[in-house]
This record gives sequence, structure tokens and C-alpha cells, in this order.
Amino acid sequence: MKKFLSSPAFWRGAASIVVFLVLWEIGARSKQWMSPEFFMPFKELLGAMGFKKDYLPWIGAVPAPSGVLKAWIAVLGQQGYWQSWYMSMFRVMGGFVAAMIVGIPFGLMLAVSRVAHGVGFPVFEVLRPIPPLAWVPASIIFWPTQELAIIFITFLGAFYTIVINVLGGARSIDVRYFQAAQSMGSSNWDIFRRVILPGTLPSIVVGSAVGMGITWEVVVAAEMISGGGSQQAGVGGGLGFFIWNSYVGGSYEQIVVGMISIGIAGFISSELLRWGGRYATPWLKAR
Amino acid sequence: MAESTIKPKIIPGEIALQGVSKSYGAIHFRKEVVHDCSFRIERAKLTVMVGPSGCGKSTLIRLLAGFEQPTEGTITLDGEPITEPSRDRLVVFQETALFPWMTTWENILYGPRARGELSRESLEFGEFLLNKVGLQEFRDKYPGQLSGGMQRRAELARAMINNPKVMILDEPFRGLDAMTKELMWEYYARLYEENRRTNFFVTTDIDEAVFLADRILVMSNIPTQVRAVIEVDLPRPRKLIDIFENDRANDIKKQALSILHAEAMRSFSRGSKAAADFVDAYLKRASRA
Repeated sequence: MKKFLSSPAFWRGAASIVVFLVLWEIGARSKQWMSPEFFMPFKELLGAMGFKKDYLPWIGAVPAPSGVLKAWIAVLGQQGYWQSWYMSMFRVMGGFVAAMIVGIPFGLMLAVSRVAHGVGFPVFEVLRPIPPLAWVPASIIFWPTQELAIIFITFLGAFYTIVINVLGGARSIDVRYFQAAQSMGSSNWDIFRRVILPGTLPSIVVGSAVGMGITWEVVVAAEMISGGGSQQAGVGGGLGFFIWNSYVGGSYEQIVVGMISIGIAGFISSELLRWGGRYATPWLKAR
Repeated sequence: MAESTIKPKIIPGEIALQGVSKSYGAIHFRKEVVHDCSFRIERAKLTVMVGPSGCGKSTLIRLLAGFEQPTEGTITLDGEPITEPSRDRLVVFQETALFPWMTTWENILYGPRARGELSRESLEFGEFLLNKVGLQEFRDKYPGQLSGGMQRRAELARAMINNPKVMILDEPFRGLDAMTKELMWEYYARLYEENRRTNFFVTTDIDEAVFLADRILVMSNIPTQVRAVIEVDLPRPRKLIDIFENDRANDIKKQALSILHAEAMRSFSRGSKAAADFVDAYLKRASRA
């Protein structure tokens, strides 16, 4: 840890974040420092481009980081905020774990059995291009609860990526490994267990990491569209609904709080996954 | 542990090819890779096959290993036809085929474990082989952590634990640097001299062939046939330094090279009339000299 704190990589990262925050703060406060007459020609130019005249476009309209921090501290004590975290995490994990449980065996089956591939792959390929969000209305209608509908949509987000990666990974295993295993007297089951499965593991890890990213994208949108599945507005709707609700309520600082929270949540889940992946494939880190 | 107690009895086999042909592709686009090939891989001898690259040697190996079946002709091991892969004929591949997700030790034990024959004897034999290939310290390392030479040695051990009747080696030392390669030659020759298993070794490298072989099969270009069989009557055990200064070894090398050269020329001239004329002129001048 001490070594990490003194490494150039850490300081570069820290500097990058600080510079970003400072620029953001300055930009957000452009309303104050752009008032003098000195900026007149600049304002005219902005006006000609169709922006408001008295602050920097876009960044000037975004709440300042100091304001966001204040709003964040305010919501930290609220149960609703943490409930949003919990709900989104629960949906992401539910959909993601279901996608792994269904997707990994399905991908392996497509890879090892010509019959399964012939029967399953065409349907899979037709369904795959349908964006998960296009499923939102259908899934709200067909699933008994709102909660299941959202989990189903996050499931779809991860499912296709995991299957495609598992299939590709299993297919790209070098034929010599099969030949060697066969020569040494392996049964089909033994080849599956000791060659195909470990040979596909790196692709499973990669597919899961990509799938996890998509899951977060999808869950937020699904929560916004479906109203978050909450009974009382604003409580327990998930982070996506938290953002939407802040927007409707006009609390711009809270929108940014919600966005950053999703960033952090996504980072935590990928990091967990990477850690699990390293543990599952020790031979990759060894080189 | 005494070596004699753990060294299992080696029963070398003999492989015979009778009029073997192999073609690929559909009826009208057939390409014959091996044509009417007949030879023997003699019992308890180290047979080396040399031929120009891309001449169908790897196809022959797939046939010998039983990964594929010949279009015509028969291949037998001790009189029994070869129909499927078996531990009797193990292949050590060009570039490593060690399982990257298993440690050296797990790789070596793969065969016995796959067949459910993991016993105290096989563990001891594995231990013995691990020592033999000098990888005791690298027992729990993954193949990715081993050097090229170590990987080949681990692979030799992984094959030997299954006690095959014939070991088939497909350019096993290709891609190693010159130093390591020569060390591997001497190492492999010693291994062979100790156990006198039937070995079939494929290479494109004449020096390698002359140093290692009891018999050299010189192959023609596609479709593959045997052009010549050279008996290498050099004394064993062999040391690299002796062989390079040996006149007999140089004669053998020249003999093999001239056949290979003619083969290479032939395939070169197949390309165009101009090239054919060039080769013709070259051969006339060579015969005059």
C-alpha cells in the first residue's frame, strides 16, 4: 500500500482527478466570472451560436462539484439513497448471475454439440440484435412483477455477450490440446472437464466483465422507463430512478450525485469480477 | 528409490505403412497430399523423416497418430491396424501442446489421471521422469512460466509416463534458439539411448536428422513419397562434437542434401516453363562437373 501511494502511477491518477475537478468547478462558475464587459465579444459569439449568453455552454449549466458534494453529503444520511444502491445492485447481480447460470452452459453446449448449435444458434442470432431496452414494454407486460421485468432486462444485457464469448472461447481452443488429450486416453467427459472448461475460462471472464458493464447501462435505463418499480415515489427505485426523480424534481446536483454513484457501483462490480477472474485463471497472471 | 524398480518395462512397437494415400477435398477438387507411401518404422530404432517444408509430413503424422484415416492403404502397429488415437502412439507436437492451465506436474500426470490409473507407481514414475527432465524445481509452475526448452522436456515427460510403444515427434525443437536446440539434441539422444523405445522423429533440419537418426527417410515433395532410406551407422552414444568432425556423418549429410535439393528444384520448376528450363540447364552443368 505504501509502495502504491509513492508510485508515479498513483500521483498521475490523483493529479488527473484534481485537474478535472478544478476545471469543472471553474466552468460551472462561469456565470460569475463572465459578467464583466470584457467578455462582451465572446458572449455575442455564443449568442450567435444559439447558446445562452451569460455562461459557458454545457459546462456552465452543470452544477459545480462543490454543490454536488454538498448534495451528496445531504443524501448520504437518507435511507432512500442507500435503498437505491441496494435495489440497483440487487437487479444487476440478479440479472448477471442468472445470465452466467444460463449463458455459460448454453454457450458450451453450442460449442460442443453440432446438433445444439444447429438448433439453438439461428434463434439466438435473431434475438441477439434486439436491444435489451426494446424488451422493456414486453417484459413489463409478460412478467408478473415489475422487479422480475427489470431483472429480466438486465439478464438479457449480459446473456448475449456471455454466450458469444463462451462459444468463441471454446471454439478457439487449439486442436492439438484435444488430440493430445485423446491420445493419452481421455474420455469425452474428461476432455470436457479438463480441456474445454479450463480452456474457455479466460473467455468466460472476459465475457462476464463486458456483460457486467452492459448490465449497469441497461438497469439504469430500465429503471427510468419502468418507473423503478417503486411504490412510493423516490424511495427504493434504484439509482436510475434516483436520477430520473431528481431530474423531475429539479435537483440538478442530485442528478450528478446519481451519475457518479453509478460510476462507483460499476467500478466496484468490475473490480470484484476482475479479482474473481484472476483467482479462477491463475495461469494467466503467471507470465 | 532405485531406478530399476520404477522404470517400467518398455515394449517397443513397429509401424508399417502399406500403399498409404491421403487426399483432401471433394471429388473434382481433390488434392493428393500423400501418394502410395510405404515404409517401416522399425522396432527400437530412431527413425528420422526429413523433407522439404510443406511436403505433407504433418499429414503423415496425423495418420500415424490415428487423428485421421488414410484414403487408401493400411497402417499397422505390430500387425494391428490403426483406427483411432491411442496411448500406444503418442505425439510430441511442433511448439508446445502442454495444457497452459495445468502446472508441470499436473501436465505430466495427465495421462494416468485421464485413464483413472493414478497409483503409487505412476506417481513415483512421474517423480522419476520429472527428475529425468530436470524440472524438479518447476513442478508447480505453469507452462507459460517455463522456457521453450523446458516446455519441450516437460512434454517429453508427459508422453513417456504413458509408456507408448512408439513416440512420434513432429519437429519438436523447431523455434528453439540454436544453443538450446543443440542441448536438446544431445539430451534427447541420451534419453533414447537409455530406453531404446521406437521413435519416429520428423524434421526439416538435416543436421538434426544425421545426429539423431538410426535411419533417415528422405521424402519427396507433395504428394509425399519416400525418395531414399539412409542407414546411419554412426556409433552411439553420440556427442555433438564427435559427429561434426566425423567424415561418415558428412557423407550422409551430403547424400541426403543432394536428394532434397533435387526435390526442391523439381517443385520449383513445376511453377513455369522458364523455371523448368533453368533447372534443366543447372542439372546438365552439374552432371558435367
